[in-house]
Amino acid sequence: MLAREAHLRKNSLDKDVEMAPTRDGYGMGLVELGEKNDQVVVLCADLSESTRTSKFRDRWPERFVQMGIAEQNMATVAVGLALQGKIPFAATYAVFCPGRNWDQIRVSACYNMVNVNFAGAHSGISVGPDGATHQALEDIAITRVLPNMTVLAPCDMEETRKATLAAADIKGPVYLRFTRSASPVFTSENTIFKVGKAQIFRRGDDAAIVAAGPIVHIAMLAADQLVEKGISCRVINSPSIKPLDEETIERAARECGAVVVGEEHQQAGGLGGAVAELLAKTRPVPIEFVGMPDSFGESGEPEQLMSKYGMDVTGIIKSVRKAVKRKM
Amino acid sequence: MERLMKLKDLRRMANTVRQDIIEMLTAAGSGHSAGPLDLADIATALYFNVLDNIDPKNPDKPDRDRLYISCGHTNPVWYAVMARAGYFPVEELKTLRKLGSRLQGHLDRLTLPGLESSAGSLGQGLSIGSGSALAAAMDNVRYHTYVVTSDGEHDEGSTWEAVQFAGHYKLKYLTNIIDRNNIQIDGNTEDIMTKEPLRDRYEAFGWHVIEVDGHNIEHFIDACKEARAIIESPVCIIAHTVAGKGVDFMEYDYRWHGAPPGKLETERTPPKDKQMEEALKQLRMPDGKN
Repeated sequence: MLAREAHLRKNSLDKDVEMAPTRDGYGMGLVELGEKNDQVVVLCADLSESTRTSKFRDRWPERFVQMGIAEQNMATVAVGLALQGKIPFAATYAVFCPGRNWDQIRVSACYNMVNVNFAGAHSGISVGPDGATHQALEDIAITRVLPNMTVLAPCDMEETRKATLAAADIKGPVYLRFTRSASPVFTSENTIFKVGKAQIFRRGDDAAIVAAGPIVHIAMLAADQLVEKGISCRVINSPSIKPLDEETIERAARECGAVVVGEEHQQAGGLGGAVAELLAKTRPVPIEFVGMPDSFGESGEPEQLMSKYGMDVTGIIKSVRKAVKRKM
Repeated sequence: MERLMKLKDLRRMANTVRQDIIEMLTAAGSGHSAGPLDLADIATALYFNVLDNIDPKNPDKPDRDRLYISCGHTNPVWYAVMARAGYFPVEELKTLRKLGSRLQGHLDRLTLPGLESSAGSLGQGLSIGSGSALAAAMDNVRYHTYVVTSDGEHDEGSTWEAVQFAGHYKLKYLTNIIDRNNIQIDGNTEDIMTKEPLRDRYEAFGWHVIEVDGHNIEHFIDACKEARAIIESPVCIIAHTVAGKGVDFMEYDYRWHGAPPGKLETERTPPKDKQMEEALKQLRMPDGKN
């Protein structure tokens, strides 16, 4: 049963749901921020169309910094700007930021505790044809272990827009993750987004699916089909991977007794790791992981890849049934 | 903060700073000796003469010149000179590298007021300084950004990303001071990884380059004045220094890059337990080694 307080769009599970990549929400959010605050500056490493920072660039060229293909310098120039009171947003593909510039993020942004917002586009397997080198599947793991860091992985364009706005006000560095291909826009303007909070999108008490990113929508579809099999699934959207909404997730484990984590990320170290760490301490229950099984991606259409690696409706259903079975 | 205008006073202060370095490193039992000693004249000149509008009692003054230390391992010289300038009590120098100290083994901005940025991983400071200079340009304000880099960290590709960036955007009021002491941990710089022609490399990226004797305080201050007058490009001051400057048995010897007094015996050193005493004796000679 859909949770009414989530204020999802009416057609959220229908075929005619609006489709747009989450990165579009980043572009929109940046323009909104640009209008509100002249301290907001945007840096990009030669990927301004892909990261949708071009919209900000076209409006405020004097507040846009083209960095060239130099992600290490981009991270630390952003730090230098932030130390003078600017609110920098630095974007490129997630494999390069935080992939290539992790040391800069660790020391100059996190240890230094500065307000820099890093954005990683093209995360997950749904990057598609570009193949393994461009599919970031480790970025959550390497950012969430950094002290002072906030890690956000929104589920659709609308939530990405809100997360972008929220990032500007977060003290300390932020990593914002988004995806390349069009995915359902199923949350509405009234859906609450709060750092450190997860939202229940669907009620249920046989198993809880905790997910982040566009895969949340796939989890909703899977939950729908599981009803026929007599399994009622709670679907929890957890865009705030760090800080994690421990209360909501722990309650779900307590009330449902089994948890499935879904993300376009390695099964190790990402949201799954965060949930497992939490529940091992507070409420040990069976957990199944939907994500990359310790392997690199490959070329293919997004749907083909999601299906091959079990991040589709079928894969999620399988994991839920397995988790429920393990309850016995 | 009142500037020291007389060369004699600046030299004397640099000598005091060198003594502080020897004492604090010996007390710490670990840390880097050569770089901090050879930077003493430059650090003294910066804090006591060159930097505009700095105030130890108000370290966040908006119009202050910014100083970013990229080579965080040279921290003893910056701690010593900041203590002498009044940022914190000189007594505290003895706590270097100890549990609970504000004087961390590499620079920590959050614990020690007055530090512009934490540093320890090489090849990052010039980018931060470039961001600082870029912010000044965006806001049309006039503070000057100084960065101190080591020659060793010019092995890092990220250093050259910053050189390229600052050159491309012709960042003004940005000066990179390179401590050209010719050593790094594993040996002499040109044996480990070629740095030369350092001047040509910077010039190729569009920088204005000044070379100076890093122990001649008067010339160094003049170089900084020249740097402030250049507004068409960023400026690089290659400061030629003698590693371990001031302590005979350390000078020119790369083995002192990462060792404190009392921890290394070479063919030139007194026994370990006599090293601090001997180093201080040399530094206390009239007029020091300047």
